[in-house]
Amino acid sequence: MIDLLTTHYNYVVSVLLFGIGLYVVMGSDNLVKKVIGMNIFQVGIFLFFVTIGYVDGGVPPVVGHGQTTFVSPLPHVLILTAIVVGVSLTAVALALIIRIYNGYGTLDESVIKEVQVDD
Amino acid sequence: MTDALVLLVVVPIVASLLPVLLGGRFDRLGWYVAAAMGVVHLALSATVAALVIDTGRISYAVGGFEPPFGIELVADGISAPLLVLVSLSTLGVLAYARRAGPHSNAFYSELSLLTAGISGVFATADVFNLYVFLEITGLATYALVACGRSPRAALASLKYLFVGTIGASLYLLGVGYLYITTGTLNMADLAVAIDSVGYTSPAVLASFGLIVTGLLVKVALFPLHTWQPGAYAESPDTVSAYISALVSTAAAYALIRLIFGVYTTGFLDAVPLVTDVLVALASVSIVVGAALAVMQSDLKRMLAYSSVSQFGLIIAAIGIANETALVGAVVHLVGHAVMKGGLFLAVGVFTVAFGVRNVDDFAGLAGRAPVVSAAFAVLAFSMVGIPPAVGFVGKWNIVVGAVEAGRWSVAVVVVVSTLLTLAYFGRVIERMYFTAPATLGDTEGAAVSTDGGDNVTEASVGMRSVVVLAAVGTVVLGFVGSELINVIQPALEAYF
Repeated sequence: MIDLLTTHYNYVVSVLLFGIGLYVVMGSDNLVKKVIGMNIFQVGIFLFFVTIGYVDGGVPPVVGHGQTTFVSPLPHVLILTAIVVGVSLTAVALALIIRIYNGYGTLDESVIKEVQVDD
Repeated sequence: MTDALVLLVVVPIVASLLPVLLGGRFDRLGWYVAAAMGVVHLALSATVAALVIDTGRISYAVGGFEPPFGIELVADGISAPLLVLVSLSTLGVLAYARRAGPHSNAFYSELSLLTAGISGVFATADVFNLYVFLEITGLATYALVACGRSPRAALASLKYLFVGTIGASLYLLGVGYLYITTGTLNMADLAVAIDSVGYTSPAVLASFGLIVTGLLVKVALFPLHTWQPGAYAESPDTVSAYISALVSTAAAYALIRLIFGVYTTGFLDAVPLVTDVLVALASVSIVVGAALAVMQSDLKRMLAYSSVSQFGLIIAAIGIANETALVGAVVHLVGHAVMKGGLFLAVGVFTVAFGVRNVDDFAGLAGRAPVVSAAFAVLAFSMVGIPPAVGFVGKWNIVVGAVEAGRWSVAVVVVVSTLLTLAYFGRVIERMYFTAPATLGDTEGAAVSTDGGDNVTEASVGMRSVVVLAAVGTVVLGFVGSELINVIQPALEAYF
């Protein structure tokens, strides 16, 4: 068990990040904190992909250096794309939050719900 | 000639840049750029469809990297009709938006971007590429929903963004599991690789669960639909029509493609629990969606819940997993897009002309707007599933498929849902045609209108004719339904 934890701690951390992120998205009333939670959730996925791409002692797949253990760059490239997607999503979310704040004067979801009922 | 396939994605992306780049100089450039994009898109998708009808399946290696290493784009009998549908929906919505707006250049950029994303989802044969296109679709949709000026629209959009992002992330995680076990991302290659890994391997099962859950969020199946009514109801009518026609359709198509093209029927046979769960979830969605629709007073919310119910039908067909049901699912995808898009536009016309949005306000409207009311009625009855309209063709095939597979419960649920559909559309049509208008001269119209702030108070001929065309389209599609099935069937046969 301890052995598994010391060799596979990356996976444990990424699962923890999923959990923390999801909890914040669902549990927090503050919209900005929800965005942060969403980011944490995505970072968990990034870590997962980077971990599966790691090969102990591996080198970039460039032939001619006498090495035989290569690392596939694909998972890292995929995550580079996913990071870009994540940044765009955060930008859109924050832009929406600015409009919500201008409209309701608060970022607290429960307060917004009360305001909507009063309308 | 297969270049047309990649241009279907590239042209809208380039077109989405122009209104933003040149918007400072030319105020109303957006519509013209988007319209030109729509026409080119239609020409390209028609080319692709013609090639598919001739040769069955066309493939394009992006950047010259041959699959399975490079990204492959594929069009076959399932995706070609849907690509044509994208072009036609885009043109229809643009014809409507000419008068109804929103008129900002940013809106047309977002619309083009959404067209690119959806075309990409329909064309791609690479699971990671699919993630990217799903997110492009998602991002463009969030921005479009927020086009409505009210803070409610922004809130609905943000809610959609959270739920949609979690869904897409789950999908990405599922792709990760697939990549660990197989080392490939190409769909055709994955189908072979998953077979050799073994269908009951825990990683394959986990990836299936994550991918299907992620996509069901985007499809908006009950109980993952929570984002959808707000997003449809708060966005401008033009946007509601476009996203209700295409966005969930793209996710449902991706689901069909992945379950049958990647996991294949071998997986479904090895893990029969999967189909049972899908059918159960879908049945609940059909009934609950329709029941919630009956309870709504806001017509746009009613149409939104109706989509939850209709997509339940499509997921049920996936769970039934035989050829007849899947033919029905694809026909219903096309039919639902035309019907629901048309219905949202019809509601838009009523809102603009008479300022009505609630079911009760529709009393006596048939006398004041006979043509659009008739079109609304045709679209509604098509959604109920009355022949000869296309709604019947889809539902009929799904029911026959259910009976063939021995899933009588689905057949019963579909019949019940037909009655519920009749219930929620019936009360609208009853008010339109048989109830006397309560008070005339109620001129709240401009205040209620949800378009981007430009107070259009009269529905143009263009807006009305798009609604009528959609109504005619559903009937014509019903008559040419068998031709459509002839195109779809060969592609589905490959899966069974």
